[in-house]
Amino acid sequence: MIHVSNLSKSFRDKRVLNNISFDVPGGSIVGLLGPSGAGKTTMIKILTGQLSYDGGSVRVFNEEGGADENAGTEARNLTGRDKLRFGILMDNFGLYERLSCAGNLKVFADIYGVPHSKIRPALQSVGLEEAYRCSAMNLSKGMKSRLQLARVFMHNPDIIFLDEPTSGLDPKSARAVCRIIEEKKKEGATIFLTTHNMEEAARLCDKVFFLNNGKIAEEGNPIEICRRYEAEGRIHIEPSYADILEAVFLDITGKEAREEI
Amino acid sequence: MKNILVIIRKQLADTLKNKTILIQFILFPVLTVVMENAIHIEGMQEMFFTKLFAVMYIGMAPLTATASIIAEEKEKNTLRVLMMANVRPFEYLLGVGIYVWTLCMIGAMVMMMGVTGDRRPAFLGIMGIGFMISILAGAAIGIFARNLMMATSLTMPIMLILAFAPMLAMFNDTIRKVAKIFYTLQLKEILDGMNPREISHASVMIIFANAIVLLGAFIFAYQRKGLD
Repeated sequence: MIHVSNLSKSFRDKRVLNNISFDVPGGSIVGLLGPSGAGKTTMIKILTGQLSYDGGSVRVFNEEGGADENAGTEARNLTGRDKLRFGILMDNFGLYERLSCAGNLKVFADIYGVPHSKIRPALQSVGLEEAYRCSAMNLSKGMKSRLQLARVFMHNPDIIFLDEPTSGLDPKSARAVCRIIEEKKKEGATIFLTTHNMEEAARLCDKVFFLNNGKIAEEGNPIEICRRYEAEGRIHIEPSYADILEAVFLDITGKEAREEI
Repeated sequence: MKNILVIIRKQLADTLKNKTILIQFILFPVLTVVMENAIHIEGMQEMFFTKLFAVMYIGMAPLTATASIIAEEKEKNTLRVLMMANVRPFEYLLGVGIYVWTLCMIGAMVMMMGVTGDRRPAFLGIMGIGFMISILAGAAIGIFARNLMMATSLTMPIMLILAFAPMLAMFNDTIRKVAKIFYTLQLKEILDGMNPREISHASVMIIFANAIVLLGAFIFAYQRKGLD
């Protein structure tokens, strides 16, 4: 579904991405992990045509009629059809704060040609049905994230790009978001996400890439990577106090969240 | 066309809850109606308040509304979401422009209540042209500004000149000579006559030149900054 070959990108003198190559098969969840400033958001921006790159090639949608390999290194000029097949959640993508949750989704339902009858189910799928008429400005950060996810998923995109979807959320909201992402995968969507949250990556991703100093330092199935590193004696796995504390948090904050552990 | 309508509908829903923008559209029409009905001074020019506030309306409402709408969308990154959802820049700008122009024209119709029947088409025509030029200026500022605060800082002096110069020109000849280069003063003079046959070539040329300069500013801002 996504094919990246020898991709390079620099900002002034700093090389952020250095000959990166990877493939994302259709119907999978692939995570791009790495420290802040590693180039994760840059990668999503390049893949979604928001940013140009210096070298290499990017191909999204392999089948005929999709956005094909871009010969140049300009920001990929996506066609309208390609954009309709994308669902993108960036950290800084905003909402219409004065509009209600339904009002926000109506704008994009009209753009995507989705009937208004699908707005309520879309809100229901992210647990915001009761906030149907509530202004976006009155939502908590977690609710705003879920509303953004509803906007991303509403038109059933083929590829979903999520830039740190659980960033800044409490464990309960983060788990709710993870559940929604898992549901979308079951429905057949291909999901490319970036995250700092290793627990989230382990839970969601079929494959992860560790980006460090502009290069892919490690790649593979997250569980297999953990086992390999443990077998090699490079790491020792035991429950951390953070894991225990998170379990306590979820136990205190509700039955529903507890069931999701 | 579909996306233009979406933008117009979105703006309409948003403006009803945005008091800062809403007041721009309502203030001068309401002031005009109130002042025309409440104040009658002997020897005062016919439709004095209508003409005065009409020009101030042209210089303020479309300029600030357009600049604020575009700058706010840029600041909150909702514009990028729209662009990524397949709304093209010209669709967005046209949607915002049509929306602001239509609301201003509704305001102009309210102001027109004090204008006699046969002069109404001319009044609306003059207002419509003025709104279009101000929308161009507002769009240029909105595109050029990085955020809402910058847009407000840029809009304020331009708005004050365009809106108040025609009024100040009534009291000071030097200001009048300088302000003649602005389309708002020319529109004020046309409104004073309100007769299409009495419009001077010089006025038409100045208004046209203003429109060309502002179109140039709009194109410059768009090429320099883009919409996203």
